[in-house]
Amino acid sequence: MNINLTLIGQAISFAIFVWFCMKYVWPPVIAALDERSKKIADGLEAANRASRDLELAQEKATQTLRESKEQAAEIIEQANKRANQIIDEAKEQALADGKRLRDAAQAEIEQDVVRAKEALRTQVSALALTGAEKILGASVDEKAHSEIVEQLAKEL
Amino acid sequence: MASENLTASSYIQHHLQNLTFGQHPDGSWGIAHGAEEAAAMGFWAIHLDTMLFSIGLGILFLWLFRKAAKKVSVDTPSGLQNFVELMVEFVDKSVKETFHGKNKVIAPLALTIFVWVFLMNTMDLVPVDFLPHLASLLGVPYFRVVPTTDLNATLGMSISVFALIIYYSIKVKGVSGFVGELTLQPFGKWMIPFNLLLEGVGLLAKPVSLALRLFGNLYAGELIFILIAILPWGIQWALSVPWAIFHILVIVLQAFIFMMLTIVYLSMAHEDH
Repeated sequence: MNINLTLIGQAISFAIFVWFCMKYVWPPVIAALDERSKKIADGLEAANRASRDLELAQEKATQTLRESKEQAAEIIEQANKRANQIIDEAKEQALADGKRLRDAAQAEIEQDVVRAKEALRTQVSALALTGAEKILGASVDEKAHSEIVEQLAKEL
Repeated sequence: MASENLTASSYIQHHLQNLTFGQHPDGSWGIAHGAEEAAAMGFWAIHLDTMLFSIGLGILFLWLFRKAAKKVSVDTPSGLQNFVELMVEFVDKSVKETFHGKNKVIAPLALTIFVWVFLMNTMDLVPVDFLPHLASLLGVPYFRVVPTTDLNATLGMSISVFALIIYYSIKVKGVSGFVGELTLQPFGKWMIPFNLLLEGVGLLAKPVSLALRLFGNLYAGELIFILIAILPWGIQWALSVPWAIFHILVIVLQAFIFMMLTIVYLSMAHEDH
């Protein structure tokens, strides 16, 4: 077992290997490892953020839904109110119209009655006159007796 | 009996002999044949097999990891990238748990140590005769395939780490701070020589223990594989399979310990007392 020049040769080759490893092997590999761990950390953070965002969005959606429900209920209530109002108004209108129609009809009926009475009176007076003529057997001077006839007709 | 012992011991010695290239005492250059010739070459010789496998495995490691790093994708990692990321993340975590300062060198250094040492240790699981036999067919007399069983390899790394320890100690604490740490602890300024001895031994023990721990574990593991290989071929599997399975643990553990201790030593160098 001799110590000889091999020792120096080994030391030199060792130094060269270490230098090469330090220069060309270690940096790219360790850089890749660092970058990957950074990427993973970023990914995890992004996932956390996304789940937080999702939670917020869900909360917001629930709130919006609740608000819309409230609004819808309000609108329905208003619509109901308005519908009732319209119905009431229509009823009132109908009542008023009916009353007016009834009044008009009543007035017409009364008019008709008056007219019928008038016609009847005329006819009755003519009938009475005719009857009287027949009873008296003579013609009655219309002109002379018209006063009486008219008076009669009025009394009817 | 005697001849059998001789062949067994020469077999072991042959397996523990590096392919050493250097200058023979007579002045000619060449491969050492036998331990005596290798020892005679002194310091200015080189283990060609150790260098070949360590550099080859280092290039394999860097080629594989560079391939994954070049087309690294954040969203859809491929199979190779997954593996590379696993290793990088594991090392990065180990470094961050131990070292809290800012230093661009320590993490890639730890990754290089872990994967490289692991790959070199893994050569131990290749059956002991495969590659040496193949090499001998090609005319190469000695061939040790596990670089971490060569003390030169482990010491080369641990001395580099030691240099970094001293560099960062001085860079962070300054020369006076570093010298103060070595001389003024633990007994105050009246005991400077004693402090220096204590701290100096502690400091030097770091690279030595780092290198010897890895070397010892793998050397012993390989030796046992060689001893098993001496047994009759019919029963070798009964011992080599359990030992190999156990050795998987040793291989990973020793690579991890070398990496972890490097991180600890360097983070100690960054700390001010």
